[in-house]
Amino acid sequence: MDLNYSPEQQAFEKEVREFTRANLDPNVARKVLEGSRLEREDYLGWHRALHKKGWVGVGWPKQFGGTGWNSTQQHIFDEVTADEGAPQLIPFGLRMVSPVIMAFGNKEQQDYHLPKILSGENWWCQGYSEPGSGSDLASLKCKAEREGDFYIVNGQKTWTTLGQYADWIFCLVRTSSEGRQQEGISFLLIDMKTPGITVRPIIMLDQEHEVNEVWFDNVKVPVSNRVGEENKGWTYAKFLLGHERTGIAGVGRCKRIVKRLQNVAKQAKSNGRPLIEDVRFRDKLAQVEIDLRALEITLLRVLAAEAEKRAPGPEASLLKIKGSEIQQTLTELTMMAAGPAALPYVREGEHGAPDVPWLSDEAFRFASGHYFNFRKTTIYGGSNEIQRNIITQMVLGL
Amino acid sequence: MDFNLSDEQNALKDSLAKFIDRDYTFDDRWKIIKTAEGWSRKHWNQLAEIGLMALPVAEADGGLGGTGVDTMLVMEEVGRGLIVEPYLGCVVVPAALIKAAGSGSQRAALSEGLASGETLYAFAHTEPGQRYERNAVAFAAAAKGDGYVLNGKKVSVLGGDAADQLLVSATVSGDAGPSLFVVPAGASGVKRFAYPMQDAQRGADIEFANVEVGADALVGERGKAAAAIDYALDVACAALCAEAVGAMAELHKITVEYLKTRKQFGRVIGMNQALQHRAVDMLMHVEMSRSMAMEAAVACDNPNAAARAKAISAAKTLISQGCHFVGQNAVQLHGGIGVTHELNTSHYFKRLTMISVTFGDADWHLGRYGDALLAAA
Repeated sequence: MDLNYSPEQQAFEKEVREFTRANLDPNVARKVLEGSRLEREDYLGWHRALHKKGWVGVGWPKQFGGTGWNSTQQHIFDEVTADEGAPQLIPFGLRMVSPVIMAFGNKEQQDYHLPKILSGENWWCQGYSEPGSGSDLASLKCKAEREGDFYIVNGQKTWTTLGQYADWIFCLVRTSSEGRQQEGISFLLIDMKTPGITVRPIIMLDQEHEVNEVWFDNVKVPVSNRVGEENKGWTYAKFLLGHERTGIAGVGRCKRIVKRLQNVAKQAKSNGRPLIEDVRFRDKLAQVEIDLRALEITLLRVLAAEAEKRAPGPEASLLKIKGSEIQQTLTELTMMAAGPAALPYVREGEHGAPDVPWLSDEAFRFASGHYFNFRKTTIYGGSNEIQRNIITQMVLGL
Repeated sequence: MDFNLSDEQNALKDSLAKFIDRDYTFDDRWKIIKTAEGWSRKHWNQLAEIGLMALPVAEADGGLGGTGVDTMLVMEEVGRGLIVEPYLGCVVVPAALIKAAGSGSQRAALSEGLASGETLYAFAHTEPGQRYERNAVAFAAAAKGDGYVLNGKKVSVLGGDAADQLLVSATVSGDAGPSLFVVPAGASGVKRFAYPMQDAQRGADIEFANVEVGADALVGERGKAAAAIDYALDVACAALCAEAVGAMAELHKITVEYLKTRKQFGRVIGMNQALQHRAVDMLMHVEMSRSMAMEAAVACDNPNAAARAKAISAAKTLISQGCHFVGQNAVQLHGGIGVTHELNTSHYFKRLTMISVTFGDADWHLGRYGDALLAAA
């Protein structure tokens, strides 16, 4: 057992860092490090740079054009790129629908979709939640009725993250109302340009447009766009959620935020002294760092175990709970470090002079906005209470 | 980065696990803790046969040269089996002290009895009113002729009841730092007050009144023992972390079993979501603790003392918190039966609680970690 990086892993770390420094747009890195909103092109520029290098399929096997990296390499990549200010790789295509297409899709689907996900040509979004089906996802009602070689889809999806940028959506739809509700769900891949699809923004509490409603009005979807068997979609959906939860822990991003918080705590003054000298604040910072290190090692343990079993197990739920809690704590601490600078509402996109002249520290500009925004983390991807239900059943056997 | 164990490590873990399952059941343990000594020489010898006493002793000193990870594997089982024989106090800590403080020939001489399990050492360090501070040693040693005279009191000495030899920290008047002396427990002027501790382990408070020792009683260099003491207590903390993980995981398992069998309102209590989620939160503490026990074990062999201290304090903070959470909730989920002496639940709870306050509690280690943050700022 050894928790240190081997010389080969250290060399890999160096290679990733050098590549990132040479290929990441400094303007994008600045936006990421200060926490500004990113545009579609900011994400895609980095995506294309990685694709050119052959590094975009981080967790993918080589046969599909992936890196074939082991779990430690993937972790190093995540950590180093996050540290350098690279935007998060949007997970919906790369980490969520792709593993499903690889495992359950047919050859045509694999040949058509996977290269376009790798190249960044197609941006994907997720059609899971509905207004009446949040935690109780299997109760979903968005209906797909068979008409010859097509499904006619009617209904609504919601909380569709960055759906305003998406070219394709993967959807859970109801194809049967017989038997258990889990047994009437199918998994469809839908082109967002299909007539009858409407995307409407939902403005969140930080006044940002990050998520959407997606409406389907008699949308014609070829049956060939169904992944796997009809009415077996729930199996694929759960497989996907497992993949979502491992990535959702966000360890790399958390480490970046900790670093920023350490800097903030050195620079900000409290009662005339650096904030880091305030033992109440320092204890909180120390505690979250310790929790994050425990999460990181736990993540590496889960990834190493997964490498042998392939699909993520229910342990992924544990990572989701802990990771989301830590992310929230970090945004809370950053806001507290900001002190009165947390008060102004600073609109995104106003780089340069902020609304409030005395608000000079870039690190604080979005502090409270992030705090509000990050309340989502314990709710999305299956709320933390649902994760506890999953662990109860799958791990504890209660 | 590698989470695999070697064949030797797996074999070690297996043989200790077999010993516990066969010879160290909860009933066996009951009989042992009710004896006058409170621990069993027979079981101690069995542990020595498995190689546990030689494990942490350096190869050059006649031991097996085990790593921090080896000790972690042993201590996890010690925790699972709630072993009361003083392995931590009389083997792990003295081995670390002798390795770090001793000079060449002295190390081998002191290690011989330690590695065979025939000589029990204990580290007499904590002083009345001292809490957890490591290097403020008020205990006095005065130079006299070629040797020294020791005067003072040491408290909460783990294994101090049974030890044949005491490793005593003391400050020689005029010195800037502490020294380490080895003193026979039976030396004239040494008075022991032995007692059982809350968790059925044994310890002692020890008074030294004009205890005269020779120059050869000094372990290592005079006034230079601070780093060795710091190292040995870090190793002790890492071992406690691993012991806690073994005990926590077992207590969690016992609690989940209870939730599956205990019935109220006509159904098993594990059907209640309030209890289910508590059991999940306990599991999260166990798994996060397991990760940090690994971190601490690996850190034991880190030659960079500052990095070692930071990692081990991180682990002891998180695991001390986990000891409280898992222990308290195991008792709560058991209900009334959880607060009885009869069931193993309370025994695990008490051991976990005592681990949390041994060699630094969560707050003390959080402060030490914070000091490292401040030093880096």
